[in-house]
Amino acid sequence: MRRGLDLARLSKNGASSVRRHPNLERGPMSLEYENDGALHAKLIEEVLSQYPDKAAKRRKKHLSVAKSEDEAGEEGEVLSECDVKSNIKSIPGVMTIRGCAYAGSKGVVWGPVKDMVHISHGPVGCGQYSWSQRRNYYVGTTGIDTFGTMQFTSDFQEKDIVFGGDKKLEQIIDEIEELFPLNNGITVQSECPIGLIGDDTEAVSRNKAKEHEKTIVPVRCEGFRGVSQSLGHHIANDSIRDWVFEKKDVEFEAGPYDVNVIGDYNIGGDAWASRILLEEIGLRVVGNWSGDATLAEIERAPKAKLNLIHCYRSMNYICRHMEEKYGVAWMEYNFFGPSQIEASLRKIAKHFGPEIEEKTEKVIAKYRPLVDAVIAKYRPRLEGNTVMLYVGGLRPRHVITAYEDLGMVIVGTGYEFAHNDDYQRTGHYVKNGTLIYDDVTGYELEKFIEGVRPNLVGSGIKEKYPVQKMGIPFRQMHSWDYSGPYHGYDGFAIFARDVDLAINNPVWGLYQAPWKTSPSRGRAMAAE
Amino acid sequence: MPQSADKVLDHAPLFREPEYRQMLAEKKLNFECPHPDEIVTDQREFTKTWEYREKNLAREALVVNPAKACQPLGAVFAAAGFERTMSFVHGSQGCVAYYRSHLSRHFKEPASAVSSSMTEDAAVFGGLKNMVDGLANTYQLYDPKMIAVSTTCMAEVIGDDLHSFIENAKDENSVPRDFDVPFAHTPAFVGSHVDGYDGMVKGILEHFWKGQERTQAGGTINIIPGFDGFCVGNNRELKRLLDLMGVSYTFIQDASDQFDTPSDGEYRMYDGGTKIEDVKKALNAEATLSLQYYNTRKTLEYCEQVGQATASFHYPLGVQATDEFLMELSAISGKEIPETIRLERGRLIDAMADSQSWLHGKKYAIYGDPDFVYAMARFVMETGGEPTHCLATNGTAAWEAELKELLASSPFGKDAQVWAGKDLWAMRSLLFTEPVDLLIGNSYGKYLERDTGTPLIRLMFPIFDRHHHHRFALMGYQGGLRVLTTILDKIFDKLDRETSETGVTDYSYDLTR
Repeated sequence: MRRGLDLARLSKNGASSVRRHPNLERGPMSLEYENDGALHAKLIEEVLSQYPDKAAKRRKKHLSVAKSEDEAGEEGEVLSECDVKSNIKSIPGVMTIRGCAYAGSKGVVWGPVKDMVHISHGPVGCGQYSWSQRRNYYVGTTGIDTFGTMQFTSDFQEKDIVFGGDKKLEQIIDEIEELFPLNNGITVQSECPIGLIGDDTEAVSRNKAKEHEKTIVPVRCEGFRGVSQSLGHHIANDSIRDWVFEKKDVEFEAGPYDVNVIGDYNIGGDAWASRILLEEIGLRVVGNWSGDATLAEIERAPKAKLNLIHCYRSMNYICRHMEEKYGVAWMEYNFFGPSQIEASLRKIAKHFGPEIEEKTEKVIAKYRPLVDAVIAKYRPRLEGNTVMLYVGGLRPRHVITAYEDLGMVIVGTGYEFAHNDDYQRTGHYVKNGTLIYDDVTGYELEKFIEGVRPNLVGSGIKEKYPVQKMGIPFRQMHSWDYSGPYHGYDGFAIFARDVDLAINNPVWGLYQAPWKTSPSRGRAMAAE
Repeated sequence: MPQSADKVLDHAPLFREPEYRQMLAEKKLNFECPHPDEIVTDQREFTKTWEYREKNLAREALVVNPAKACQPLGAVFAAAGFERTMSFVHGSQGCVAYYRSHLSRHFKEPASAVSSSMTEDAAVFGGLKNMVDGLANTYQLYDPKMIAVSTTCMAEVIGDDLHSFIENAKDENSVPRDFDVPFAHTPAFVGSHVDGYDGMVKGILEHFWKGQERTQAGGTINIIPGFDGFCVGNNRELKRLLDLMGVSYTFIQDASDQFDTPSDGEYRMYDGGTKIEDVKKALNAEATLSLQYYNTRKTLEYCEQVGQATASFHYPLGVQATDEFLMELSAISGKEIPETIRLERGRLIDAMADSQSWLHGKKYAIYGDPDFVYAMARFVMETGGEPTHCLATNGTAAWEAELKELLASSPFGKDAQVWAGKDLWAMRSLLFTEPVDLLIGNSYGKYLERDTGTPLIRLMFPIFDRHHHHRFALMGYQGGLRVLTTILDKIFDKLDRETSETGVTDYSYDLTR
């Protein structure tokens, strides 16, 4: 029952009241539509009714329907208000999709710094499960001068818990120096036990840094700290401030167009597809944090003229610090989809004046035929398809316009670890009636998807297979489902191709055995 | 501009385009402050030497690229093999996200588990409240028949007592008094995932068997598969063999359906698994057989304590291992091995004879879980191959001794070396200094394949970068055929690749091999 012809699907499965515009044009927020807020409110009510009272009361604050908001914000038009509680503890036993502080530090911020060895300090598991999984692309000779796709662990044993692991850490650092002498530094990523047994990784790091004349950064990202990955980002940011900045004399002659790209982890090559554009408009990217980065790129960052921040959630802290301490301005930008790329390029160019602005217009014009061709090819195949998103701290809003550039409609979105300021920013992207879910539970997400029956879900590996079992196309929006890049113009073409191949694959039409006529899913059939 | 709508280039071809190559070269030169190429090359060459190997093997504290995971992963996998059972891992929540991701990436299937989401305050005051609330929420939201509780290292370090916590939760009506909440303490800083598997299976058996009267049912057999990424194919193949023999058996822990649900529009959070009623009855079995000894040491001890006979194997794969397994089954059950199985055996032998010239004398490096490595080494020797390096990061001294005994029993094992507790960075040195023809392991081995050029055969958990292998059995004679064919394909593909250059090597590019 899941899949008929595409056209049939648009009207039947899409829960959103899609108003299809006759003359859709490219440009920010050009796709006008409103979502079925009443249905979404009902779905929220239904899922809450299944919780024990105490949990229902807590979960209620995290779920909402975006409401109209007329007020115009500074950054542009605010489309809606997404008023949910966020960045607070997950409820036990509900199957939160969140990770931990270690994942935020080792997995996100520090892990991609390629010429340093990142020690997963504690038991073996954390490093094992996160080994090579975020696809932070880099160029280098792994194991010799770069170490990104390796798993270094202190593999804690019971005796380390009982007697402490500082001695072991010292020995590990010495062994790294002997076996991997071309490393340009080491980070010590603390796992849960470290903070509980009272190890002093700071002292070890300080002493060993002196002995080996290397940068050694202890990061107190024990998994039990905070409520999600988010605190790990913050702790990692702070460790850059405290253990990297101003520790060496950085010889670097800054130029007038020097920028850092902050919060691009080069997943599937995202940062490269972005860098090529920034260079084309005449800027010099002197540091990229932290995808494909070397320690040198981090050390020299305070000398740049502007910090361009992509993932605001994970790296705004250090941008604010660089602004306060070194006077480096920072600016958010968005390189997902042509509408946002154009708007961002112009915003960035404006900061640098007419010369860059002129080049920028040329670059935009240069890529326009590519954008037009991609949209001409894929939009007719995707127009009006509905999408639900559930990702980390940035993409639940940042990718929305990219889908809309392809004529697609966002009916629901939510974050694992956003804060209040992220939900405020979300209002610039989502339309009235959009279903909003913060720190969604496995149960809620399943029920929401079942009730809305979107044409595509974009989320993570844990969500992928349950959704596909329901007969709904899925793309992983953390790892780009092993594809990418998705940033920049080159990335947009890949994104469009991937969305098309996910939605328009014939497999979705084969789910029902032809000799079975009875529906296997009551709700979806009733909706049709 | 390299990109076009007609032919969309993704990362693999895109970044090979001249624009990007130039951009990356300039980035390196101007901004990365790299080591000079010569120094990098020197160091790379140095890592291939015996001198580096000596230093590498002398490491005492640092572990690099280990081939093992932590206990709770094993516990979560174990719990997935029981009817409508939800894993509840007490401790930090990020761990659970990791286990679920890890299992999903291998099986390409949903993997459900919940966490008690302990944070700083629970670190100070203990996680009782998290257990009480958590069990109530899990019970109500996910409608399980059983909740299997294990622990992350955080809960272990602060010393939370699962038994009393669960009792407390029941007192507070989180779950009904008679609801089944078996548990296992699974500290990540002891042993590995195979021990977590052991602990959880034992915990479940104890939960149902403790205080129950045993009335032995002669000839009935329990089978515990152990942590097995190929459980989908293996368990089904073993059941087919057991059914052919007419043995009365119960699989204790069977995740073959849970990790292989159909796509028909319905998401099944739970599917298959050992029925709880069957777990209870399994107390009466005459014997319990473990397919992987090093996964079930404590469980087997417990089975002996309740009065069952026990026997254990090392991943019955290949000819003699399958022979022994079937004969043991026959001995306990009193059922004869039917002629159809003898013919199957003959077909495997036939295939091995057909291909022996391509296999004889081939050298292998094998790594993975202890029982698997033992099994592969044994099968390799049956084909005339030499298991030059046998490595298990989670291998114990007992394993090392047992494997050495096996290797000593065959002329093909005389040059073999056993590496207990070593990691894959050690393996890298071994492959450079004492090269082999083939590497058998899991997806992590691809970095060894890249660095050393040794062709990798993926036959063990986890396999992330190839699809569906786990759906096919490795155990039994049928499984032997699959392993044999996989090895041969790798050999022939390599040979074809090496002889395919037109006018240079293609005289050897034979049509028939």
